[in-house]
Amino acid sequence: MTDQTEGYSAAAEVGRFRTRRTWRQRAWIELKKAPPTALFGLLVIAGYIFVALFAPWLAPYGEAEVFAQSYAPWSAEHPFGTDQIGRDILTRLIYGARNTIGIAFVTTLLAFVIGVSLGLVAAINRAWLDQVISRGVDVLMAIPSLIFALMLLSIFGSSALSLILIIAVLDSTRVFRLTRSVAVGVVVMDYVEAAQLRGEGLGWVMRREILPNILPPLVAEFGLRFCFVFLTIAALSFLGVGIQPPTADWGTMVRETANLIQFARFDLKAGLTPLLPAAAIALLTVAVNFVVDWFLQKTSGLRDEH
Amino acid sequence: MNTERSEVTGATPASGAPLLDIRGLRIEGFADERWNPIIKGVDLTLHRGEVLGLIGESGAGKSTLGLAAMGFARAGVRFAGGSVRFDGMDLLTMPEWKRRRLWGTRMTYVAQSAAASFNPAHRLIDQTVAAAVREGLKSEAEAIADAKALYAQLQLPDPEHIGARYPHQVSGGQLQRVMTAMAMSARPDLIVFDEPTTALDVTTQVEVLMSMRKIVEEFDTAAIYITHDLAVVAQMADRIKVLRYGEEVEEAETREMLAHPKQDYTKSLWSVRSLRKAADPSEDVVLRAEGIDAAYGNRLKVLHDVSIDLPRGRTVALVGESGSGKSTMAKVVTGLLPPSKGEITFDGAPLPPKLKDRSKEQLRRIQMIYQMADTAMNPRQTVGEIIGRPLTFYHGLKGAALERRTVELLEQIELDAGFYDRLPGELSGGQKQRICIARALAADPDVILCDEVTSALDQIVQEGILKLLMRLQRERGIAYLFIAHDIATVEAIADEIVVMYQGRVVEQGLKDQILAPPHPDYTELLLSSVPEMDPDWLTALMERRRAEAGGPRP
Repeated sequence: MTDQTEGYSAAAEVGRFRTRRTWRQRAWIELKKAPPTALFGLLVIAGYIFVALFAPWLAPYGEAEVFAQSYAPWSAEHPFGTDQIGRDILTRLIYGARNTIGIAFVTTLLAFVIGVSLGLVAAINRAWLDQVISRGVDVLMAIPSLIFALMLLSIFGSSALSLILIIAVLDSTRVFRLTRSVAVGVVVMDYVEAAQLRGEGLGWVMRREILPNILPPLVAEFGLRFCFVFLTIAALSFLGVGIQPPTADWGTMVRETANLIQFARFDLKAGLTPLLPAAAIALLTVAVNFVVDWFLQKTSGLRDEH
Repeated sequence: MNTERSEVTGATPASGAPLLDIRGLRIEGFADERWNPIIKGVDLTLHRGEVLGLIGESGAGKSTLGLAAMGFARAGVRFAGGSVRFDGMDLLTMPEWKRRRLWGTRMTYVAQSAAASFNPAHRLIDQTVAAAVREGLKSEAEAIADAKALYAQLQLPDPEHIGARYPHQVSGGQLQRVMTAMAMSARPDLIVFDEPTTALDVTTQVEVLMSMRKIVEEFDTAAIYITHDLAVVAQMADRIKVLRYGEEVEEAETREMLAHPKQDYTKSLWSVRSLRKAADPSEDVVLRAEGIDAAYGNRLKVLHDVSIDLPRGRTVALVGESGSGKSTMAKVVTGLLPPSKGEITFDGAPLPPKLKDRSKEQLRRIQMIYQMADTAMNPRQTVGEIIGRPLTFYHGLKGAALERRTVELLEQIELDAGFYDRLPGELSGGQKQRICIARALAADPDVILCDEVTSALDQIVQEGILKLLMRLQRERGIAYLFIAHDIATVEAIADEIVVMYQGRVVEQGLKDQILAPPHPDYTELLLSSVPEMDPDWLTALMERRRAEAGGPRP
């Protein structure tokens, strides 16, 4: 079973056996085996993140800088022209990455913090607490989320903060459902019972015993949920209650330049302008989905991963 | 009788050629991104009407070899060399569709888990006759009439109508017999039994074994019987082949093998059953349960007035078949299921019935080891974390002291520091159970509840675990409440025995008193159902029970 030698001192040897692969090495091995779609997805996401982080250096002009000519055609000075009040489209696309992705990311994160913790609590306490939370979630889910969000935003006003909070709460209901259903299967395991018999508190059982074992589906859900939140924000912005000007945002940009599409027969390039932010949204969504697909396929397989 | 039979059949076949002839078979399995050998060149010969027992630990390649005898390799497994000839045909080179026609007709398979092997959506009778009807061996009406006759021969209750039921409507033992009927339906030349009774209670196991043996003898079918239980194989097989690490250790006639095992490994398999501790009475009670009634919900009452005394540093075994309330009793003691009546006293003071009312100190002093070590350990925590947590939690150990103590515990359970960083998935079944023992030990408890801790393990691993538990008891004076359905295990480790049946205590006392006659009816049934190494044991038991003629169950 083990190849022990004489004069072996176990206490002194602990360090020697720490030769397991670090998660970084394992990630690299996985990456080398990843399908081309996943690599494409990762590459695109990396590109978006880069653009979002370095927006001020990449953008040719300021985010809210206004030029004399509105609806300017594509030119060397303004590669994608200008919008209805003369702001550079390329600049706003670059800043839009930062705002749209940043807000979507924070919102998704918040939705997960709320949804996962409530889901775990409900899964562990299957008595009245589960009933209260689950029925509350049912009520929230019964209302179409976009309409509900529109209503709440018109009540509380369209600040970035209320946008984040409202969408996070609405989306956390989906996260709650997933977490609860996956966690219920883990809660009945003997090791959770063993932890409870040991006298461990709720926090330990949630974080250390259950969470690591339901992480793969949650991570996959995070990717998908991010797309949905992203699309919701874009949709709300398109409807005029999302991210407010002068902050650049792809959803708003589509709405503001939508009229240009009618000019496609006079100037094809100008007609393409409203499609640029739309394509930016679509590309990111597709890329995230590619990565999520790959991840789901990796973790749902029967092989046990270490 | 067994030897006689193989002589007779050995003379009958006109050709004299073996039914199944496996030569130098090598099989590989895919794991860790490469092909690893599972079977490393095994020869096997089986004549018509002969029963061959395949025995070995799990991972020895028994099941793989059993399936290979039918020319089948599971997903992720491939044939790497050698030949399998069945009645003169080479199974490995013939096309898949030809092999398919043999499966279910000339060679059939009885799987370990009958519950998982039946299609839950079809009636038993339809599944029983499917293969024979498909291949046009019989008309459906004939096959159904024949299946009913087989059910009767296998002593299934109400053979005329049981076939109309669905798999979930019959018990595990009955399902296993229906599967045997299914295997017999086409009157095959060869049946492969893959641990068919391992998942059953002793009392049920004996009934299934009796049925299987009767029917195999009656139709003179050749069979390969795979098991890790020596006593079982001794009842069923004419010859025994011992496997280890995918290689043959030895092969001999059953009687010869039992009387004179040649290899050390075989001898060690045989010696497991001789483990026995002398009962040591003690009056110093550490844990006392008095008049416990317990129920799940409001309706289902599982325990009726159960009282158990557990002396300090001794082992009390709780024995009974599944459903007798043994595990419920453990739940009551741990506080997971507060009793509806009765009281538990721990070390002279009453123990709060609910888990959350107990102090950390009380929790520390009563620990638990589970049957399935797989699910008892968090698959995402390393061995170091698993054992270290109770040390930090109860004793406040941290840093180097924690690491040192964890390694000490690993050594106490006969592992070493090399296991510190492993995940449960990287351990063998026996190692996993040892880690669970170390986790319980880390709390420095007075009482450990052992819930069927060895029943999921092979015999040779069982022996190691039992020896370890006994040594720890001697060294540290821990009392065990040992739940088991296997009398051999109980005989090895217990000081006192409590026999339970349907939630009541039938009998309790010192081991020697309980195991010596006279017994109450239920204890008698339980004891007489435990297979013995004597190859004539089952024959004798069958005759005795036939003579008594009453229903086999109380």
